[in-house]
Amino acid sequence: MINTLIGNIGHFAVILAFVTSLITAYGYYQYTNAPELEKANWGRFSRIFFYIHSVASFAIVFALFEIIYNHRFEYFYAYSHSSMALPVHYMVSSFWEGQEGSFILWIFWNVILGLVLIRTNKKWEGPVMVVFMMVQAFLVSMILGVVIGDLKIGSSPFILLRDALNAPIFQLNPEFVPEDGTGLNPLLQNIWMVIHPPTLFLGYASTLVPFAFLIGGLATRKYTEWVRPALPWAQFSAMILGMGIIMGAYWAYVTLNFGGYWNWDPVENAVYVPWLILVAGIHTMITFKKSSTALKSSIVLIITSFILVLYATFLVRSGVLGDSSVHSFTDLGLSGQLLIYMLFFLAVAIYFAAKHWKHIPTSEKEADVYSREFWIFIGATTLALMAFQVILPTSIPVWNAIIESFGGISNIAPPVDQVGFYTKFQLWFAVAVALLTAVGQYFWWNKMDAKALREALVVPYIISVIISAVIIVAGKVFDITYIIVVLASVFTIVANATILTRLLKKSTFKLAGGSLAHIGLGLILIGTMFSSGYSEVISQNMSGLVYSNSWEDELNKEHVLLWINKPTQIKEYTAVYRGRQKKVSGVPELVPVKYLQETDRTNEAIAKADIVIRGKTYFEKGDVVPIVLEENDYFRIDYYKEDEFQFSLNPMSQFNTSMGLISSPDSRRFVNRDLYTFVSAINDFEDPEWRDDETYEVAPGDTFFIADFVTNFEGGEVLTEVDGVPLFDGDVAVKAKLTVQDYDVEKKIEPIFIIRGAQIGRIPVIDSELGVKVELTNIIPEENKFVFTVNRYQKDYVVLKAIIKPQINILWVGTIIMLIGFCVAIYRRYVEFKSMRDKGLEY
Amino acid sequence: MKKGHLLGLGVIAIAIIIIISMIGDASTYESFATAKNMMMKGDEKPIHVVGELKKGENGTVEGIEVNPNKTSFYFKMVDNDGTEQKVFYNEPVPPDFARAEQVVVIGSYKNEELFVADKILMKCPSKYQETDIAQAGM
Repeated sequence: MINTLIGNIGHFAVILAFVTSLITAYGYYQYTNAPELEKANWGRFSRIFFYIHSVASFAIVFALFEIIYNHRFEYFYAYSHSSMALPVHYMVSSFWEGQEGSFILWIFWNVILGLVLIRTNKKWEGPVMVVFMMVQAFLVSMILGVVIGDLKIGSSPFILLRDALNAPIFQLNPEFVPEDGTGLNPLLQNIWMVIHPPTLFLGYASTLVPFAFLIGGLATRKYTEWVRPALPWAQFSAMILGMGIIMGAYWAYVTLNFGGYWNWDPVENAVYVPWLILVAGIHTMITFKKSSTALKSSIVLIITSFILVLYATFLVRSGVLGDSSVHSFTDLGLSGQLLIYMLFFLAVAIYFAAKHWKHIPTSEKEADVYSREFWIFIGATTLALMAFQVILPTSIPVWNAIIESFGGISNIAPPVDQVGFYTKFQLWFAVAVALLTAVGQYFWWNKMDAKALREALVVPYIISVIISAVIIVAGKVFDITYIIVVLASVFTIVANATILTRLLKKSTFKLAGGSLAHIGLGLILIGTMFSSGYSEVISQNMSGLVYSNSWEDELNKEHVLLWINKPTQIKEYTAVYRGRQKKVSGVPELVPVKYLQETDRTNEAIAKADIVIRGKTYFEKGDVVPIVLEENDYFRIDYYKEDEFQFSLNPMSQFNTSMGLISSPDSRRFVNRDLYTFVSAINDFEDPEWRDDETYEVAPGDTFFIADFVTNFEGGEVLTEVDGVPLFDGDVAVKAKLTVQDYDVEKKIEPIFIIRGAQIGRIPVIDSELGVKVELTNIIPEENKFVFTVNRYQKDYVVLKAIIKPQINILWVGTIIMLIGFCVAIYRRYVEFKSMRDKGLEY
Repeated sequence: MKKGHLLGLGVIAIAIIIIISMIGDASTYESFATAKNMMMKGDEKPIHVVGELKKGENGTVEGIEVNPNKTSFYFKMVDNDGTEQKVFYNEPVPPDFARAEQVVVIGSYKNEELFVADKILMKCPSKYQETDIAQAGM
């Protein structure tokens, strides 16, 4: 039975949210411009409509989640993004997997931010909320789903499957509801993917706040006052955005199999660029607060960061990156609308900035080389250039599209080696930024001239050269570029640590944000350099298979094939693949597939034997075993060093009907490195093509070969009962006992032969791991021989890639320290704003 | 000259370096024919070729040969001009390779017969583009 109610509620909420966002914007506009007497009325009016808008937005979220949660596959969204097998936390991922859901997430965060803003601000409420609600109206229009003729405004997540798809089944039965959805992209089935997008979207949403303060400030001629309330928000936004970016990198590291955390993919670049600009903007804003310079650069940077967020959205969702990125969304027909959205706010920002430009106060005096303003300005410029270097090539598909829209032909493609291309520039920029933060901090806290600077820097300089020397020797860093990276990052860590200790001695922890963030930056740089620059693929193909063509020798063969149970050398380790496993709920360890009998039901199996882990029995033979996402296979790889067992890794893969083999890595973490492994190809034994019959006549006690395995036929045994087959009087059942040797593993294979009257029944044994099917075809009592029919397929195997990532933990530690630094800075600036506001000195 | 002007000139200079380097390092979308010409002229710069996998009469993909150690394979691709070409890729077969609607190979010719791909981008009927309901278990 199709439930149209919830979809109608959702769709109504969308329309209500759209209308109320416009009304609220209008209300706040009137409130801002109204004479004192009418202000209270307009204020109440606007707030009421904003609250209605908030409720409507929450209702959208609720309606969509209800559809996913209750498996309402009559809705296109639930059908194409969810399935019965998904646990609740992955339903959250399903929620934002589609473009419509992620717009809703964005709308949701904006509402939350708006609610906070109207509580924390007094007089800023009016102008800020006008900008806010305009943005909100554009966002809600993205999910309106209104079609007027050829014009399509937004894409609704609440359409029914039968309206979305033109499938013949709906002509036969309009009430048809599919039994299951097509499921969630397996790459997104990861806990980081449940929290990374909401974080990133909060980051996206929060870039609006400083922008709204800025535009509000320009419009109401408060050219300088907007900085104080906007600063903590800009810092908050940079922190959240940075956290979202890093979570994405971490997700890529633990889930994707490209062997790293950052790939310079256009989608990654698209969020990195606004973050850089925002960080530059924060620095110029701080400078402005200290010394009334750099206001114009702050204005430009804040506008740019907001527009770049919209541009990122356009890049990722318009389908324009189709040929250059592996993971961009395809076009939902919204690209035109996104373009209008971006150009509208670009025009608004330019209009206000241009109109008031000559009134914006500037400092006439030339910045002195020994002033902090000068150095921070250089730093912000470097950050802006970094952003420029990334966004320019990332936009190549856009350049092509623009040239082609003017009738030209352009076939420029992004650089082939993206990682090398971007790293080449970003590395040197990062070195420059590291040095600037070291020097800049001294300027910040002290009055400087040439002599004072030399004196202040000489001690940190000597300390960092010594530490660098130790790192260079111990880490075998012999590349001149990397030596410079080490020097620059150690220098920034030491210099900032010196400042930090000085601040802590004065027990002014709340001023420590800057130096903490810069220490984090230094650590991130060192960690990145080691883990990327010195990562090593250790799974070199040593199988001895040589190609005849000479050119192929130039290529590295960076995968190894592991046959089940067969030890294979991977650098200093001996790796043995031990078979597939499943995750079973309630059992602390993974359970080998050979103990589980598949059933027709989703996520359920029957135990073929007792499941015992460390002496405790979790399931008995014949029990129903609940599997966590049965599509996922975990491949157990045991690592030995000189015959001694070291550890097991369980890289995961999922065979997905629409996406093929999806692989997720597993890593062994050491303090100073990670051993990172993933499976890149597997044996498909779902539907094996058995080779021709091979027959063997064997007497008990004989040894023979089944498909290269040494097999010992121990003898037959008469059975009194057989699993699954009731035996009657006069029936004879015989079990042949075979022992198969595969390296260090001994397997029992026991086919059964039943005689009932003149009929013969055979129960063959299939061992997928060994790739054999054995049937006891006949017994010849006069010769005391048993006849076996054997079919072969292929022994189980995995193709594995293993990479060593040195010092990756320094990167993660650095990130955390940087985020803590941001938090301290936000706290300081917010307290400052609050005290000024409460004194009534500012608003 | 004022310091500000010097600084501005420096920024412009770096921006120009960035732009020139981008143009220098950018690749191009080409056909197999131009790629072969480039190889003949001794230009080994990798390029992008957009095309489809070779399909037989009944629409199934033809010409994928996996090497015995499964860590590399050959396949046949038809570019947008209709040229058919054998391509080598020194990685295991990517997930869902045979279902790709469009393939972008990045690489170059190593000899006249064989194009070697350093990287493959695929456009698959992914989650974001659901058009087919027939295959879903009903």
